[in-house]
Amino acid sequence: MEVTLKGLTKKFPGRDRKNRSEVTAVDHMTLAIPDGQLLALLGPSGCGKSTVLNLISGLLAPTEGKIFFGEDDVTELPPEKRGIGLVFQNYALYPHLTVRQNILFPLENLKGKEKLTREEMLRKADEAAKLVQIESLMDRKPAELSGGQQQRVAIARALVKRPRVLLLDEPLSNLDARLRIQTREEIRRIQRETKITTVFVTHDQEEAMSISDLIVVMKEGVVQQIGRPQEVYDSPENLFVAKFLGTPPINVFEGQVRGHRLYIGEDAVLQANVPDAPVYVGVRPEGFLMCETGALSCRLNRVEVTGRDVSVVSENAAAVSRTVRSLIGAENGGEAVSGREGGEIRFDLVPRKVFLFDRETERRIFLEES
Amino acid sequence: MDGKSVNGSLKGWLYLLPALLFLGVFMVYPLVDVFVYSFEEGYNSASQTYFGVGTYNYAYVLRDPYFLQAVKNTFLLVVITVPLSTGIALLISVGLHSIGPLRRFLQTVYFLPYVTNTLAVGMVFMILFKKTPYSDGFINLLITWFGGEGVDFIDGPYWAKMFVLCLYTVWVVMPFKILILTSALASVDPAYYKAARVDGTSKLRMFVRITLPMISPMIFYLVITGFIGAFKAYSDVVALFGTNLNAAGMNTIVGYVYDMLYGDSGGYPSYASAAAIILFAIVFTITCINLLVSGSRLRR
Repeated sequence: MEVTLKGLTKKFPGRDRKNRSEVTAVDHMTLAIPDGQLLALLGPSGCGKSTVLNLISGLLAPTEGKIFFGEDDVTELPPEKRGIGLVFQNYALYPHLTVRQNILFPLENLKGKEKLTREEMLRKADEAAKLVQIESLMDRKPAELSGGQQQRVAIARALVKRPRVLLLDEPLSNLDARLRIQTREEIRRIQRETKITTVFVTHDQEEAMSISDLIVVMKEGVVQQIGRPQEVYDSPENLFVAKFLGTPPINVFEGQVRGHRLYIGEDAVLQANVPDAPVYVGVRPEGFLMCETGALSCRLNRVEVTGRDVSVVSENAAAVSRTVRSLIGAENGGEAVSGREGGEIRFDLVPRKVFLFDRETERRIFLEES
Repeated sequence: MDGKSVNGSLKGWLYLLPALLFLGVFMVYPLVDVFVYSFEEGYNSASQTYFGVGTYNYAYVLRDPYFLQAVKNTFLLVVITVPLSTGIALLISVGLHSIGPLRRFLQTVYFLPYVTNTLAVGMVFMILFKKTPYSDGFINLLITWFGGEGVDFIDGPYWAKMFVLCLYTVWVVMPFKILILTSALASVDPAYYKAARVDGTSKLRMFVRITLPMISPMIFYLVITGFIGAFKAYSDVVALFGTNLNAAGMNTIVGYVYDMLYGDSGGYPSYASAAAIILFAIVFTITCINLLVSGSRLRR
């Protein structure tokens, strides 16, 4: 089921006693989610991503704009008529009911023509349980399950009615790191098997990158960029997106373009066929090449060895956060510099890992291919 | 046991000592004493003498028509007011929980009886219900207004007096129950309701399948304390019907105990003790049954 948002806007009345002006949680969001894809809504807390989810689910009514499921305009429909499944951050499993009763709950609400016999209900519940592999836990209470198991039950409950759209609100944030990776792969598998269009809200860029088909980066209710994870990572449209994606985060320098050359501090680091202007320069950590004759000069702080990579932390006066973190492959001599702390270290920059942003608008300035 | 833990538990007992002493002197000792008195026939507290030991006190009390009337009154009061007050309190709490504006104001209004003096409330009920040479009482005024026949609620037929007593009790115990239930309702995670709404659960089903089970521990707490409180009713009855409760036929078990000790026909500590022990046994048994029922329900 293709989901389309058209100019979706949600304003909340101001709660602040001093400032009663409205708060715009979602601002004219237009978006099409292709059928059967997994879309991640990514952004820092308070950016309106959960509001978007609640709008799609029908728990909130939009101030403006329309929501379509396929050809149907569902903007005015109540949640239960939309055919959605919703998984909450804290799972919201009914604690006094067993796993089976929890999964049956949505089915027991069906009325009229849709009403099922008890056998059909039980069969459907078993199917859903099988899909998320919790058949052996059906008679337990939620309190007797681990976080990951509870999460599966919540997904089974959301899937048991065969929804047209599955909505997941920060589904992994209550799990520990190891379980999080396991569960996100599980969600991916279930989504692939059921081919249900899925919207996934998260503030964790790694989570979003790893399992989604499409990423929507949001900030203060406004969509910053939509694209496939790798696209968004490789070609951020503004400084916010560049900073939000990637671990370790991108390094940002204050730079200058003078005479088709890009300067960081006094070092001319790259050719840049753009008009002269002050810019922000974003360099991905993997965009540094250690080199005796490198263009960028920094002062070495320390070297962190993490096995696969060596993380070289150095200082540069033009760096916005003072420190520069670069990832150097261990085989590329990363370890060789250890012991030279305090001394000078030089890097060459990989052009496709370097992004220029306007100092005022923080928009990307695209380098012309040369 | 090694020295350290002996030391530790000694310290623990030391901390508990003040509370234990207090409880011992003012709770345990009197309870045991009352138990002993209840078996001492014709105990005289002035001369500290008694005739013999046996179950005569119980036999007397259980045959005393005043005691039987008191038991009947108390049981009626309990059976009528506990379910009624809990049920109405639940309705009001749900109502309070679901309205937006005026909520704080109404919460205060509903809580007012709790901070109002029992006797002052009794006075108000007098104005509402008592027949005096000058007035038939406000409620009788209303009844005759609508063409009914006035009833003397305070000195009249038994059912009328019982009605006033139950109304009074329900009204007096309500605020506390509303307070507890509104906070219980507020503590239910809204995500449950959201989840239920997404699944198209009807309001009624949400209440029965989600809200009620979630707040059931609090409801059981209120029922248990309600039972205990209603069994111990006394001051409310005095506020309504005066101190000569036996004559009014509205005595309660606690009232009977009091009358046996200090009333006009009093001075019988042995009978009072026996009645008190019977009350204790009743309350104890019913509380045990309550706990068993609620325990098995909650752990299911």
